[in-house]
Amino acid sequence: MSEKPILLEARELSVSYGKVEALHKVSLKIREGEIVTVIGPNGAGKTTLLSCLMGLLPGRGQVSYVGRVLGNDFEVEERVGLGLTLVPEKRELFADMSVEDNLLLGAFDRYRRGDRDYRTTMDEVYGIFPRLKERSAQLAGTLSGGERQMLAMGRALMAKPKLLMLDEPSLGLAPLIIREIFRTVARLREMGVSVLLVEQNARAALQVADFGYVLETGEISLEGPSGELANDPRVIEAYLGLGGKH
Amino acid sequence: MDFQIALLLGQDGLTNGAIYALLALALVLVFAVTRVIFIPQGEFVAYGALTLAMLQAGKLPTTLWLILALGAAAAVLDGAQALRHGAARKLPRLLAVNLAVPLALWGLLANIDLAGLPLLAQVALTLAVVVPLGPMIYRLAYQPIAEAPVLILLIVSVAVHVVLIGLGLLFFGAEGTRTPAFTEGTLDLGTTTLQYQTLWILAISAVLIVALYAFFGRSIYGKALRATALNRTGARLMGISTTMAGKLSFTLAALIGAFSGILISPITTLYYDSGFLIGLKGFVGAIIGGLASYPVAAAGALLVGFLESYSSFYASAYKEVIVFTLIIPVLLWRSLTSHHAEEEE
Repeated sequence: MSEKPILLEARELSVSYGKVEALHKVSLKIREGEIVTVIGPNGAGKTTLLSCLMGLLPGRGQVSYVGRVLGNDFEVEERVGLGLTLVPEKRELFADMSVEDNLLLGAFDRYRRGDRDYRTTMDEVYGIFPRLKERSAQLAGTLSGGERQMLAMGRALMAKPKLLMLDEPSLGLAPLIIREIFRTVARLREMGVSVLLVEQNARAALQVADFGYVLETGEISLEGPSGELANDPRVIEAYLGLGGKH
Repeated sequence: MDFQIALLLGQDGLTNGAIYALLALALVLVFAVTRVIFIPQGEFVAYGALTLAMLQAGKLPTTLWLILALGAAAAVLDGAQALRHGAARKLPRLLAVNLAVPLALWGLLANIDLAGLPLLAQVALTLAVVVPLGPMIYRLAYQPIAEAPVLILLIVSVAVHVVLIGLGLLFFGAEGTRTPAFTEGTLDLGTTTLQYQTLWILAISAVLIVALYAFFGRSIYGKALRATALNRTGARLMGISTTMAGKLSFTLAALIGAFSGILISPITTLYYDSGFLIGLKGFVGAIIGGLASYPVAAAGALLVGFLESYSSFYASAYKEVIVFTLIIPVLLWRSLTSHHAEEEE
């Protein structure tokens, strides 16, 4: 693979909850236009990693993004302005607001900075997820699980992010919907959005990603191009065994 | 009670109820966005009315010194925080944001004939002086403890209330004031008469309520406030800063409070501490709405207005008791019917 410029890099990143260290000296890189996945079992620290990169949790070590160091004083809101977005595991939708309003608020930061072109982006999002357009007037809280995930992703795309971080997008969804979500993730690359995908569903994640990391008990245990990882006996045994579940 | 008296009391109830409704909406808004039970809401009413009275007397309003002091304190805190994070680049902007409005107002107010201004200009200046108190109080008292439990925020609210009452006495003195009506005179309706000021109160309250409704339903900032109330983490991830949302909701609360004070000061004498009781009655309305529903809170506040007005006729000595006793059945009914909703998903 040709060496594209680095978008985000974490160096020896550690995060602690009180005395308990949840993440220990994790280093990873995401290049522009790449889909990078972090796989690993429940409780390995995957969500903690994303929360720290997004500024929801303070960490030690260094995070740099487009060449600029993001210290702990860089608030979530400032990171959104730099083109980082997170679709959290719990989706965090605005349940009592319509689908359209949820999408609209995804563009809040752009609006605040004077960018009034969010209608175009909304049409693009509706193009990716036609289901959302059908449901545009419905309250977000009344959507099905798959539709919620689509809305969460659509809302994040409204910010026109450079890097979209997805936390377990397949969690709790039916296999058919999971396939649709992963197809969409693959399409994001064509739109120039880089993706950091955190998944327990290792098989699907490695299929769509360019590069992968395995996170176990807070540390990176393996890394490599996803094709190689998918054929690594350790990964096969732990994550891709019969049925694709660990 | 004959029909005429009933009408008169109804008119009173509606007028007061409209003001309580405005305050109830402000309380629901502040609570929904910041989880602060904002006891000092009524203080804005008194500050608004008394500041207007000072302007009309041609005196430089003392409220100006308060926003200068609070602005300076906010600038120091913001500056210290920026320096601690090594973000000295932010300093000039922080100074400007916190001190520009108070200084500009000082410059303006000290150099014009305040008493000779038309009423509309006096009202605008009063709002300009009083409304910045809202975001400043949020910055100084609540922002540092924004994640604290509701009870702690409530305790801070009590403290802010006591401080504002004390400062009110210092700034405005113990005497009450009235301001002249927007339009003097009464309207003869045959069976009853209406003061023009009553009409002003009803009309402006209705306009404010419709404006709030449009703000929350149509504007992206209004939607951002609702989003913060629904899901703080979700809102932050969209770049909606909790601090911005808090300051914006306190600004609206101060605006509503000060405007209410300006509206009622021609029909009732207001003292430095009158706001508290008025605010509490709005609070009863807000409680009826469960501190969550805007329409129920507004309707509840209207009910409080009528209840107060009719009970002042039948049992005037007990009118406050009756109004505040209303809270007991409401709370009973609320605790019996409401289910404690778990976090979604």
